[in-house]
Amino acid sequence: MQLTVWTYEGPPHVGAMRIAASMRGVHYVLHAPQGDTYADLLFTMIERRDTRPPVTYTTFQARDLGSDTAEIFKTACREAVERFRPDAVLVGASCTAELIQDNPGGLAKALDLDIPVIPLELPSYQKKENWGASETFYRLVRTFAPAPAARAETRAPGRICNILGPTALGFRHRDDIVEITRLVESLGIAVNVVAPLGADIADLALLPEAAFNIVLYPEIAGVAADWLARNHGQPSVTITPIGVGATETFIAAVATHAGLAPQDRPGAGSRLPWYSRSIDSTYLTGKRVFIFGDATHAIAAARIAAKELGFTVCGLGTYSREFARELRSAAAECGVEPLITDDHLEVEEAIIAAQPELVLGTQMERHVAKRLRIPCAVISSPVHVQDFPARYSPQMGYEGTNVIFDSWVHPLMMGLEEHLLGMFRDDFEFNDGAAPSHLAPVSPPVEREPVLQQATTLPASPSVTIEPPWADEAERELKKIPFFVRGKARRNTEKYALEQGLSIITVEDLYDAKAHYSR
Amino acid sequence: MNAPVSLPPLGSAAKPLRERGQHEVFCGLTSIMWLHRKMQDAFFLVVGSRTCAHLMQSAAGVMIFAEPRFATAIIDERDLAGLADIHEELDKVVDKLLARRPEIRLLVLVGSCPSEVIKLDLAKAADRLGGIHGPAVRFLHYSGSGIETTFTQGEDNFLAALVHELPSEPAGAAKSLIVAGALADVVEDQFRRIFDALGIGPVTFLPPRNSAALPHIGPQTRLLLAQPFLGEATKAMERRGARHLAAPFPLGEEGTTAWLLAAATEFGVDPERFAAITGPGRTRARMAVEKHRSVLDGKRIFFFPDSQLEPSMARFLYREAGCEILEIGTPFLHRHHVADEFALLPPDVFVSEGQDVDRQLDRCRAARPDLVVCGMGLANPLEAEGMATKWSIELVFTPVQGYEQAGDLAELFVRPFARREKLRVRV
Repeated sequence: MQLTVWTYEGPPHVGAMRIAASMRGVHYVLHAPQGDTYADLLFTMIERRDTRPPVTYTTFQARDLGSDTAEIFKTACREAVERFRPDAVLVGASCTAELIQDNPGGLAKALDLDIPVIPLELPSYQKKENWGASETFYRLVRTFAPAPAARAETRAPGRICNILGPTALGFRHRDDIVEITRLVESLGIAVNVVAPLGADIADLALLPEAAFNIVLYPEIAGVAADWLARNHGQPSVTITPIGVGATETFIAAVATHAGLAPQDRPGAGSRLPWYSRSIDSTYLTGKRVFIFGDATHAIAAARIAAKELGFTVCGLGTYSREFARELRSAAAECGVEPLITDDHLEVEEAIIAAQPELVLGTQMERHVAKRLRIPCAVISSPVHVQDFPARYSPQMGYEGTNVIFDSWVHPLMMGLEEHLLGMFRDDFEFNDGAAPSHLAPVSPPVEREPVLQQATTLPASPSVTIEPPWADEAERELKKIPFFVRGKARRNTEKYALEQGLSIITVEDLYDAKAHYSR
Repeated sequence: MNAPVSLPPLGSAAKPLRERGQHEVFCGLTSIMWLHRKMQDAFFLVVGSRTCAHLMQSAAGVMIFAEPRFATAIIDERDLAGLADIHEELDKVVDKLLARRPEIRLLVLVGSCPSEVIKLDLAKAADRLGGIHGPAVRFLHYSGSGIETTFTQGEDNFLAALVHELPSEPAGAAKSLIVAGALADVVEDQFRRIFDALGIGPVTFLPPRNSAALPHIGPQTRLLLAQPFLGEATKAMERRGARHLAAPFPLGEEGTTAWLLAAATEFGVDPERFAAITGPGRTRARMAVEKHRSVLDGKRIFFFPDSQLEPSMARFLYREAGCEILEIGTPFLHRHHVADEFALLPPDVFVSEGQDVDRQLDRCRAARPDLVVCGMGLANPLEAEGMATKWSIELVFTPVQGYEQAGDLAELFVRPFARREKLRVRV
């Protein structure tokens, strides 16, 4: 049993719904109690889709348990097929229906439907959303692009590829497909099938016609791509083109698989390299950034942060346990402890301990950062309705790097603004109390020492200690330090004072600590 | 002898169309969304699956509050396989929670579909935990499971559980009034002022804002329901001796007056005094609704089931705003509690109980209503089909009861029309 306030991933049947909702002509009949229909609003409300997801729930009730819930499933399945006339039907159970063991696969088979039925076994008490999506996509690919009788031969390079992995509710997947399709086509390579988003089962049957697969999102398509490699001899490009460097590596890999000469197009189409070098970006140097999200986005973010923006990565983690190995090596490269957990309270503690100046995370970290008054940008699911923006905002490819530059840097104080605030901190309009211009409309005027304040009000934080008291004069001096670094200055000084065994903190100690930590 | 019995038409209040297909309705767990804010020292711990945790955050619009006063104890494979003692595991979770949130005074264990199906005994767990952590922390339990409850029925079950904790009336107690059903604080305060002015008292509200402020209950207690979905809680209070005062619900000028009158009559308030005290509020409510009447008059409204508030909303729209009611869908019809509402509606108004969402959508499309009141899963798809919709959840989360809110209530239904009027973009 696990205590959780918020969860990063939904149950596996929600993953299956994401695949069903991504595709055309696929319907999902889900044995589930009333209440599980909440999942519909992930699509209709959070993603603002204009149609209901193609899911029929059996909505069994307590009084049905004594009688025949299996009959309810059969009726719902038969009626759904009659009403929606799908090309294929997925059948499965949610967590409660799993307990009553009705076997939807067997029941659907007994109905003798005239369309393909794909039974899903998604163990709700062990697995989670991304696993469910991955498994469902794999099952569909296996069914509709069946393995040939003969052993697959390795493909010769060719100028045709599939793009695998984008789904409904994916973080900017809708725009990433457009960007990557354009990028691939600009190399003279044709895109055969994009799946699951926008594909139907006839498209899946065409998958083997491509020379290779591009795995945009391994959390969803990794397993299916491995199967295609084993059974159809299709190699995969598994580099995720997020960031300038990764996009270039991606292009080189795609070119190789297509039998083209390696492309050399450094930074073409991306403003990020110049913006990073521009003089106004010097204030980005060494900004401490904490990163948490799904493995794909978190690992990419770490690379961009460190190598393309000049930040210092002070924390890196993921909730995707399946990709713990990849994340560990990325963390090692950044010289930080990897954080692999699905407990958002643990992430909160890690953020408090790391004292970042920017958080790149999911909707959960956005909340933590808001409470700590640390700037934040969302880089990964789970997300909020506002992370499905109306504008075109991919994360991948060159346009993705432009979007990333803007969306990560804007929450930070701009270069001159930061300096002016330090210089004119006593100005009546331009002072501590005045929030940075970009935060003003959203941030309430509140107490300005977030990190410390939080650390003392969260009993779960391991970093809480009893600090030596501050001398009045030292306290006044501390207030002269700009508010956005004051919390850090206070904590560093207190840490220093503890280490030195000081009984009271003086002005001297404040500057000693500053010198100590500025090594 | 053989004269045909005149049966009410299919779909009326007396004989609603009963359906048991797919329900596009939240389960009872979601009532925690307002209960955890209403009772400020309570914490709700759902004992359930990852789905329950995901539901809670998705239904809350993904995180309204940075840290809400609810959480989920997620049952996992080890608990089900018997590798771990599920009760020990629950105790550990509770220890962890209380260490993190030492200010909790009332910890409510909320049963879910999986915990009900595996027959996890939360009554036993609450007793045991009370023995360990009491008296500083009190433990309650109820089921908000989707196999037994819809949306607002979670509040009903919570209040029913709370009733067992209510102290008995002292001997020789005077007549008192309990107003049951979570209301916004501002509405509660307005009603309290009116009751005071009428000389009705003592009046207490259930749930109270603080778990220590539980009202007395006994044979001298009169019960006024502020919400139509309190079947179980009412039964529990009647078993403790309280007497229910039948009335329409306090929506709109007419409903609020009738609701107050039920209490005034019981407490022997002089009719002239009643008229004098309620007069200004009635006038204000009528004026406020009147402003919106030109938009709503003659509009044809279709209700999908959501909160059990549907008959009361329909009555308000029909009587005070001049709307035509095409269908009242409700997840559950408590005949006795809504009898006074139906007395004010046309006898042949079409009522459906439960749901088969696809069939109901067929009826809705065929009826071409001017406004569809429905849950969040349906609203955008229906808008995309060209229908004007109103999220039913707003009717639960917005203060709409009482005289001062009558205009706000009308405005909620006006807004979809006003919006369409303003928008000059085509889909």
